[in-house]
This record gives sequence, structure tokens and C-alpha cells, in this order.
Amino acid sequence: MSNHITPVYPESAAIRSADDWAPTASLEHLKARAALLAAIRAFFAARGVWEVDTPVLSAATTPDCHIDSFETLYHGPGAGAGRRLYLQTSPEYAMKRLLAAGSGPIYQLGKVFRNGESGQWHNPEFTMLEWYRPGFSYVALMDEVEALVRSVLPIPAADRITYRTAFLRHAGIDPSVATAAQLAEQCVPFGMHGGADIGDRDFWLDVLMSHRVAPALRGEPPVFIHEFPASQAMLARLVPADPSVAERFEFYMDGVEIANGYGELGSGRETHERLINEQRRRKRHGGAAIAVDARLIAALQESFPDCAGVALGVDRLLMLAVNASAIDEVVAFPIERA
Amino acid sequence: MAIVSTSEFKSGLKVMFDNDPCVIIENQFVKPGKGQAFSRVKIRNLLTGRVIERTFKSGETLETADIVDTDMQYVYGDGEYWHFMTSDTFEQYTADATAMGDAAKWVKGQEECVITLWNGKPIAVTPPNFVVLTITETDPGVRGDTSGGGGKPATLETGAVVRVPLFVDRGEMIKVDTRTGEYAARVKE
Repeated sequence: MSNHITPVYPESAAIRSADDWAPTASLEHLKARAALLAAIRAFFAARGVWEVDTPVLSAATTPDCHIDSFETLYHGPGAGAGRRLYLQTSPEYAMKRLLAAGSGPIYQLGKVFRNGESGQWHNPEFTMLEWYRPGFSYVALMDEVEALVRSVLPIPAADRITYRTAFLRHAGIDPSVATAAQLAEQCVPFGMHGGADIGDRDFWLDVLMSHRVAPALRGEPPVFIHEFPASQAMLARLVPADPSVAERFEFYMDGVEIANGYGELGSGRETHERLINEQRRRKRHGGAAIAVDARLIAALQESFPDCAGVALGVDRLLMLAVNASAIDEVVAFPIERA
Repeated sequence: MAIVSTSEFKSGLKVMFDNDPCVIIENQFVKPGKGQAFSRVKIRNLLTGRVIERTFKSGETLETADIVDTDMQYVYGDGEYWHFMTSDTFEQYTADATAMGDAAKWVKGQEECVITLWNGKPIAVTPPNFVVLTITETDPGVRGDTSGGGGKPATLETGAVVRVPLFVDRGEMIKVDTRTGEYAARVKE
């Protein structure tokens, strides 16, 4: 978000310790990374899904109010005064433009960037696998996510439960009817600092999801949580039989969110509306203004196949594969040493 | 004092929380891929020692606390206060029983302690990891029993009571680990 306080830097920004130059991940883990990337590429090659390589620098980015994009300036031919470019937070928009151009099934394996995200499971620069399947329902795509993970990691059969069931089971509350106040009450044990007056249901649902539902999934078989509330649909289609929920799923392994997928919203007009709404929400949260990507809307209006798409966190999958407890153990040079 | 936001939270950071000086002992960044980011923080109150858990929305702020750890020598106690002195500037500080806490059990004079100052006032005293103290009271020693099995209580010159092996006697000096309150070794002069 834009209300960052100027950080306090240590006096010497240079070397902090004698091994500051060295990778934080073991070479064994880095070789496991190489093997994982190769296995992912082999998986898609066998299924006729081709690899694409869209720009990391883009004039457009997501207006998602909880995602903070890095930005930089391009100077050069055509941009003497400097033109603002964002580092991609996901290759979604560019890949959708390829789909609109008739690409057929595509995947991308590359770096994405999210400012402000650093911790046990987060590095501001991370490796994302994203793929799109024309003709697939989001249910069929869940099957493929499971097949991909099983091709690289022995896992038990994944469960599938709706978002509502997950909350009823693990948070003891029905997310489809609970008011913001009722949800807030469930969050009292987490000692929410300030913010108790927040009337935004989705805020409290996020608290419960990250503090109660996800931790309850630790030690459990992998699970797809699907049919997210329509208020968290992002760019997923609403379920035709029940438009209060969206064709959106998240895949959890050992309580960790690994992937997020949609039955993709194909309508340019509706996508435009959703992005405008997100812009408004972003403004309410005090975020910097982000323009709607006109190229994405134009592409969707031109032609967009019925399809499902998903993004998967490769670093996290690797963490689970090698039993790492922090992302630093699978990334050569995390942000502190980048 | 400075204002720090959640992105500067880290273990060891001293902050003001509920008007008390506290130290962050654990900070976990939590964020659903799509959704609100949080910092889940474990905070120890430096006055009460109590540990609480709190969740902050990313971007929220706290004020830092003026907390300084200083090496000082314990000079003497007057029955109500414990008096300390810095060895470089000879500045004197007094700690009350609350600030002393368990440290009062282990010091008799001359020990180098770490004094935690909040706004210049002692709020906590950390004694040396090991202190050497004389046993003033214990059951008679059992000669030849060096097994250390069993043990018995012994009262030390500071009033502290520790479990010691059967073979140590009244009047002897022992080394005690102040972090665990356990006997470490017999000290021969």
C-alpha cells in the first residue's frame, strides 16, 4: 500500500555478516529446484501445453487493493521523458491477451514481483507457474493441478470442500450469512490491533482464513477450497446455479496456499466493471491509483475462449517437496541478499 | 521516539504497546495470495514479562520504546533498593524489587549485570549467567557420595535455595547457573 513509512536502513547497506555473499539455500535444494522446473516443463510438454514468455515489465498492472506493484521508469526511444512500467505481479493479463489471439493451452514459468511481501512463506520476487486451459471447467483444472503436483511429489488424494464448508468446519461460522460484526467477534482471540470497527466482511473472512482455516489444514491431506464468495471472485466467473459464489479455488497443502485458480471471466465488459470496482476499493484503502489495462479489456472484447486458469507458487511447492521451513531455504538469494 | 510500521517489525524490536514498553519476540508475515496482509506478532511486556499475541494489519504502526541495555556493576543493597554503577562513567542507578525480579536472589555485590533502562530508569536486571555463592545452610555432607544422585536443598548467602549434590557442605562455595537456578559445580578456593 502507499502509506509506507520511510524505512530505517542500517548505517552500512553493504555486507552485514561474513557469509552475506553466500546463498541461503543449500546447493541440494537449488538442484531440487532445477529438477522441479524440468519436471513441470515435462508435464506440460506431454500434455501439449506450450510455454510462453510474456514481459516482466508492463505498462499495466493489477488494481487489486491488496497487491502492491513495483514500478520503474523506462527511458529511451519513444519515452524520452521516462515511461512508468510495472514489474508483473502475475502474467495473467499478458497470457489472456495471448489466449484472445488464439494461443490455445499455454503455461508460463517465471518471476513475479509483489512489494511488501516478505516472511516465512513470502519473498517479494518469487517464481510462479501459471497456466490456462481452453475448454476446461475449473473442476477439470483442479484435477490437472492435482496431477501436476502428484507428478513431482507423492501426495495423498486431495479433498475438495467448498469455502462455506471449510469455514463451518474449521471456523465454526457460516461465511455466506455472517455479518461483519459476527465475523469480527470470531477474530477476538487473535488480538486484532485496532481495526475492530472494520465493517468489511471480506477483511474478517481473510483474518479467519489465514488465522483459523489454513492452520487447521496443517497435517491434513491436500485440499481444494472452492466456490469462494462472489465478493472475492476477482476475475473468476460466478457459479451459474448460485451467483453468490464464484468459480474460484485455492489449493492448500499442509495448511499452505499453493495455487489459486478460476473459471475465467470471459466478458470484457464484466471484467472492466470488476476492475473499476477494485480501483474504488483500492482508493478507499488509500492505495495509489492504478489504471485499468485497456489492452486486456480490448483483447477480451475481441475474442476469449471459454477457459480455466491457475497460478501456482513454485517456491512453496519446492519448500514442501524438500521439507523446508522457510522460503530462504529454497531461494538462492532472498531479498535480504539480493 | 520513532514510529515503526509492520514492515519494520522484527524480533528484538522494542516498542510501546498499551502504554508499556515491550519487545517483539516473534513476527510472522501472513497473507493470502488474494487478500489482506497481516503481521502476527508475539510481544513480551518488559514490565510484567507477560507474552501476548496480536495481529496487525499491514501498514499499522507502533511507537518505538526508549530501551537501552547497559552493563553495570552491582554495588550494594540498602534493604529497599539495589544500587548499580556503570564502570566507565560511574553513573549510579537504583533498581526496585520489581526491576530486580529473580536477579535479587543471585547477587551479593561486585557482579557485572545487564540493566535494562526504559527512559533512563531500570526496569529489568539480568545477573551474570553464573555466580559463585557460599552455602550458609544445608544438611551435613555425605562423604564419598559423588554420584550427585538425589541431592538436597541448600540455602545460599543471598537467601536463594538451590538443590545441590549430597557431598557438598555448609561453608563451601558453589557455582550456580542463574538462568536455570541450578547448581553447576563446587568451587575450590
